[in-house]
Amino acid sequence: MKKFNIEMGVGLFMVIGILCLAYISIRMGKLEIMGGNTYDIKAVFSNSGGIKTGSSVVIAGVDVGRVKEISLSEYQANIVLTIPVEIKIQEDAIASVKTKGLIGEKYIDITPGGSEEILKPGDRLRETQPAIDMEQLISNFVFGKI
Amino acid sequence: MEFISDIGAFTLTRLYRMGVMGLFLLKSFLYSLSPPIKIRRVIKQIHFIGFQSTLVIILTGSFSGMVLGFQGYYSLSRFGSEAFLGPMVGLSLIKELGPVISALMVTGRAGSAIAAEIGIMRITEQIDALELMGLNAFRYLIVPNLIAALISLPLLTAIFDVCGIAGGYLIGGKLLGVGAGTYFGEMASYVGMTDVLEGLYKSLSFGIIIAWVSCYKGYYTTIFTGFGAEGVSKATTQAVVMASVVILVWDYFMTSALF
Repeated sequence: MKKFNIEMGVGLFMVIGILCLAYISIRMGKLEIMGGNTYDIKAVFSNSGGIKTGSSVVIAGVDVGRVKEISLSEYQANIVLTIPVEIKIQEDAIASVKTKGLIGEKYIDITPGGSEEILKPGDRLRETQPAIDMEQLISNFVFGKI
Repeated sequence: MEFISDIGAFTLTRLYRMGVMGLFLLKSFLYSLSPPIKIRRVIKQIHFIGFQSTLVIILTGSFSGMVLGFQGYYSLSRFGSEAFLGPMVGLSLIKELGPVISALMVTGRAGSAIAAEIGIMRITEQIDALELMGLNAFRYLIVPNLIAALISLPLLTAIFDVCGIAGGYLIGGKLLGVGAGTYFGEMASYVGMTDVLEGLYKSLSFGIIIAWVSCYKGYYTTIFTGFGAEGVSKATTQAVVMASVVILVWDYFMTSALF
């Protein structure tokens, strides 16, 4: 009976502990156990404005994917986006770097296009909009260029 | 002249003890990597270090989270950014407070007991008896504690984090009126896998530190800390103080390395 109690206690402790660990890593750490079917598309920005790997990709305000890779080629930011297969992106969709709130984190917003052609894995989004330079905008406003 | 030789003796003793301590850890690791491992003893120690600390961890975790809810709301509301209460509570718990406070609680609750138990076994010559019978005292006493601490600490830290996040929600969300969606949504978008992993690495290393320091202090009771009951009491006190100090110092180095 005594031994049973110990084993029961240890088992209970392990289950609760692992559940808590799983909750934290899946809910907070966004760890993907299932993996899910995704595909990658590329987008080239003249200014990535501080996007990081793991930043969100958003369509119509809904979080759909992540930024997988960022590299520099020909002085432009080359960004690879991972998107679930069930989400189709038209060839003339527009990707833009945006900011959550005034000082929030950066994310990539995709505005769907009207074209019949759907992007295949590895294709490149042609239309991109660089990050808005807030300081530039304010200085334009202050010095009356707008 | 005597003064200088005193300094020399002091330095040599300290260096010698540090060496013994290092070798002690190395030996425990080598023995825990090679079979046989006493599974029954490991389970018993997980029961002692892990399961029996759960209540303390749940209590301290919930109250730390609740305090963070109040304090965070107070300072964040001064800049009108109460919406970031979730990330603040989540990040500070997962990265810093969770691993450190649960390690300190486990040191106080289980580390002291381990040191006292092994110390009493040493002064009553039970360790010598084990060795005389051809049993490996390391396998029987030290390795189960090390493995049990390595398994228990991350799980206890996870329980602490979850309770703290829930406690923070209780205060921030229910009492002070930050919405549940804002609290949990912002938290999930700001806390990344690297933060969770940082907390995990910390709690693993704290597990090693607790088992190491308390077993070492107990194991060398008669040899370094004196004889009899007084030796055990000294060993226990030193184990708790040393483990707590080492945890906080090591935490600083880990944070700066993983920053």
